[in-house]
Amino acid sequence: MALSQILVHLGVLLLLPPLLLGVIQRTKSRFAGRRGPSLVQPYRDLAKLARKELALSATTTGVFALAPVLAVVTAVMAGLVVPLGPFDAPISFAGDFVLFAYLLALGRFFTAAAALDTGSPFEGMGAAREVGFAWLTEPALFFAFFALARLSGSLQLEDMLRAPEGELWRDSTVALALVAAGVLIVLLAECARIPVDDPATHLELTMIHEVMVLDHSGPLFGLVEYGAAVKLLVLDVLLMHILVPAATVRGWLGLGFFVLGVLAVAVLIGVVESTMARLRLLRVPALLVAAVLSCGFALLLLGR
Amino acid sequence: MSGFEGPLAARAGLLLLLGAAFVLTLSGVPALLLPRRSLSGSRWTVRLTLAGCAVGIAGAVALLAASAPAALRLPGLFLGEGQLGGDALSGFFALPVLFVGGLGAVYGRTYWDPRRHPRHGRRLQFSYGLALASLLLLLAARDGFSFLIAWETMALATYFLVVTEEARAEVRAAGWTYLLYSHAALLCLVALFALQAQLGGGFAFGAIPATAAPKALTALFALALVGFGIKAGVMPLHSWLPDAHASAPSHVSALMSGVVLKMGIYGLVRTLGLVAAPPLSWGVVLLAAGGLSAFFGVVFALAQHDLKKLLAYHSIENIGIILLGLGLAMAGRATGRADWVVLGMAGCLLHVWNHALFKSLLFFGAGSVLHATGSREIDLQGGLAKRMPATAGLFLVGAVAICALPPLNGFVSELAIFLGLARAALGPGPAWAALPAAALAATGALAVACFVKVYGIVFLGTPRSEAAAAAKEAPAPMLRPMALLAAACVAIGIAPGLFAPAVDRGIAAWAEDTGALLGWGRFLPLGRLAVVAALLILLTALISLRLAPLCRRARERQPELPTWDCGFAGASPRLQYTASSFAELITSRFGWVLAPRFRWPRIEGPFPEASSFHSEIADSVLERLLRPGVRWLVRLSERLRRYHQGSLQQYLLYVVIALVILLLVSLQPWWPVERLGGS
Repeated sequence: MALSQILVHLGVLLLLPPLLLGVIQRTKSRFAGRRGPSLVQPYRDLAKLARKELALSATTTGVFALAPVLAVVTAVMAGLVVPLGPFDAPISFAGDFVLFAYLLALGRFFTAAAALDTGSPFEGMGAAREVGFAWLTEPALFFAFFALARLSGSLQLEDMLRAPEGELWRDSTVALALVAAGVLIVLLAECARIPVDDPATHLELTMIHEVMVLDHSGPLFGLVEYGAAVKLLVLDVLLMHILVPAATVRGWLGLGFFVLGVLAVAVLIGVVESTMARLRLLRVPALLVAAVLSCGFALLLLGR
Repeated sequence: MSGFEGPLAARAGLLLLLGAAFVLTLSGVPALLLPRRSLSGSRWTVRLTLAGCAVGIAGAVALLAASAPAALRLPGLFLGEGQLGGDALSGFFALPVLFVGGLGAVYGRTYWDPRRHPRHGRRLQFSYGLALASLLLLLAARDGFSFLIAWETMALATYFLVVTEEARAEVRAAGWTYLLYSHAALLCLVALFALQAQLGGGFAFGAIPATAAPKALTALFALALVGFGIKAGVMPLHSWLPDAHASAPSHVSALMSGVVLKMGIYGLVRTLGLVAAPPLSWGVVLLAAGGLSAFFGVVFALAQHDLKKLLAYHSIENIGIILLGLGLAMAGRATGRADWVVLGMAGCLLHVWNHALFKSLLFFGAGSVLHATGSREIDLQGGLAKRMPATAGLFLVGAVAICALPPLNGFVSELAIFLGLARAALGPGPAWAALPAAALAATGALAVACFVKVYGIVFLGTPRSEAAAAAKEAPAPMLRPMALLAAACVAIGIAPGLFAPAVDRGIAAWAEDTGALLGWGRFLPLGRLAVVAALLILLTALISLRLAPLCRRARERQPELPTWDCGFAGASPRLQYTASSFAELITSRFGWVLAPRFRWPRIEGPFPEASSFHSEIADSVLERLLRPGVRWLVRLSERLRRYHQGSLQQYLLYVVIALVILLLVSLQPWWPVERLGGS
């Protein structure tokens, strides 16, 4: 693969994520009848956080500072495994979907450990919820991957995600729709969105992701936010490839197509967040089980 | 018939292995001969153990490098069928025995200092050497008799290791359960080898032909699964394991969890390898047992409050993962799919190594915590990372490795199993392999939850007890073995290609006929994995180095800064999340299998008295199935006692009645007279 392609891939992967946050915010504002902040506001927020002073609780150890770093690194590495529209994944091998899932798990391990590192009961609560829901999203994700693998006949994420094109898309519409529904729920849960979690609230008792990072500040908090945005992009790409046969358009036009598709999924997330209420915490597992079942049934449909 | 065959490397390897077993058997003697509190005795014992392990490692490597197996016939022994041998599989399983065994001896000398434990220090060291020697002999045994002798020696030696602190009642109880389970397993194995001798033509391990009766093969499989499954701790045959592993001294727990359990796996691998044409159902049963053990092992682990018991339940989980690999390989042999065999077996074998490494690392870490704070209770620890930074860092490596997260070793073996299952799920036919894969995925996520809990509650936060606040770093002789184990975890994680040839040799020794000599690197790009691991570490290091000065300045500027407490001024360490509350969200979903027992606080009147909440999770199989079952059996036997009066006339009457019944029965047309030798 050409070096220039890798550079473009990296550029999109590193620069696009905050825009998604802006688009989601704009969608939610429009639903609420407001104009909302500028689309580039998340970039400004990150720049501001990078310049801010850092405060570290005396209780914390190195894990606390390591977690935001790993959140960013694992999300970016997961982004290297997926194709971005016409651009091939820089890292691709049979079984790379396992790497994808386990990289996200590595980020989760350290984020949750960092929450316990502060010794704060609120953050402990958030950490318990984060790991307590993830064990249902992982099987859903694997069922989805296995369904895509059966569709494409390949075990490389790149080919798996590009399979839903043309005739295949027409022939297995129902299975693909089920997989997409499952992956959407996984995305909403993993990225701490309504109806699982509310990124905008400040009530510690009701939150998952935000409450885990209460004590992070300054550049560390910037890394946390940025890592969450990259993870959102990566999962967004996953869903976009299942919903839209975008890879058929090659070259720079394809890149434009890809960005539009990704932003459209962001709008979809915004619509979901605006039209739904947050679920009660104890009801969340039911939603996640629905994701597992949805992807599992897709696999059954494909099992001929 | 006498002879010593095989290429030079294999013969040398076998001799070195036997020599190592000899040295290890005698390793406890210096300590036994010298006074109880003598340091030099235990030092000499450790030196001898290390020498034995070094010799054995040389032998194991030679066996792995040899082109063909060695066989040593012992004509005078066991009906003339006594036979020892060494092949790549023996070498592969012997390496972790010797590596972990040697490091455990070093760790144990400081952990179980003879000056502090004069009563049982010498017996512990002697049994330890004997256990290691019996493990090596077990790996070299090539006939049923020698195998059973080595097996029983291993069971007894480890029993004495478990009951080291026999003064405590719960240790004696755990040892007793272990002994009972061990002998139940032994009974199955006696039957197994009798059957194997009949099918394979002799007690020496020989191939069981495809023409064997299907019913006999099914019996063989069932006996192997139960007999070796008990030893390996497969659910639901695991009930002895958590208590035995938690009660033993920590370096013994490391040996038992890391290595001795693997002998159950070795036995399964060895005996199933003898069967020429296994049916597909065996693979499916193994996959089901593996999925069950992995998933419920980690569920039980999450619910534990005791650090070492929690680790013991994780062994059940990891044995399940190993069985998933073995099950896939067996399914591959039944259907003639070389890729399933290679990937499944690669995952199975590599996970045997990996689990030995990270589980011993974690048990050593748990031992150091116990050493420093005097308690295994997770909820009494906290903030140990500040007081024991080296132990905490090494434990973290083990925790990340056991969760199978990249870039460490656990990821490589689980990836092989996932990839094999994914190839099986591609079809043709229904995607049944997605089920074990999903179970494995859920298990992985639950393991993350469990080790976030362990690491977070024990090492992070603020101390929850005075003992934890006063904890001191473990001494260097206990840290060095942990550092070596952690280094091995990292090495396999970032350079799996270096260790691939050993795994390939092991696979080839097990399944010569499947074209498995191709190597698992053909299906799994190990070079790519190395790049990914290196990239992951490099990026993290780069950003961390950039951040380090910022963090240092922040700490210098505000060294006493508290955690944000949401404006609540009365924060105390007791406000922190506890291990039970952390796991509650998950364990509450599994109340039907965990059957937790609670003691709720009583809150009455306007001024309630001080009260406390208590919860406890017993092993469901033992408490809800076995104990009630045995009680019922005892009651039944007591009723039979009425007919047991001790008067001779009465007994004669019983004999007459029995004779009459037998005669009547034998008159029936369905009675198989000729099969019992009648005409």
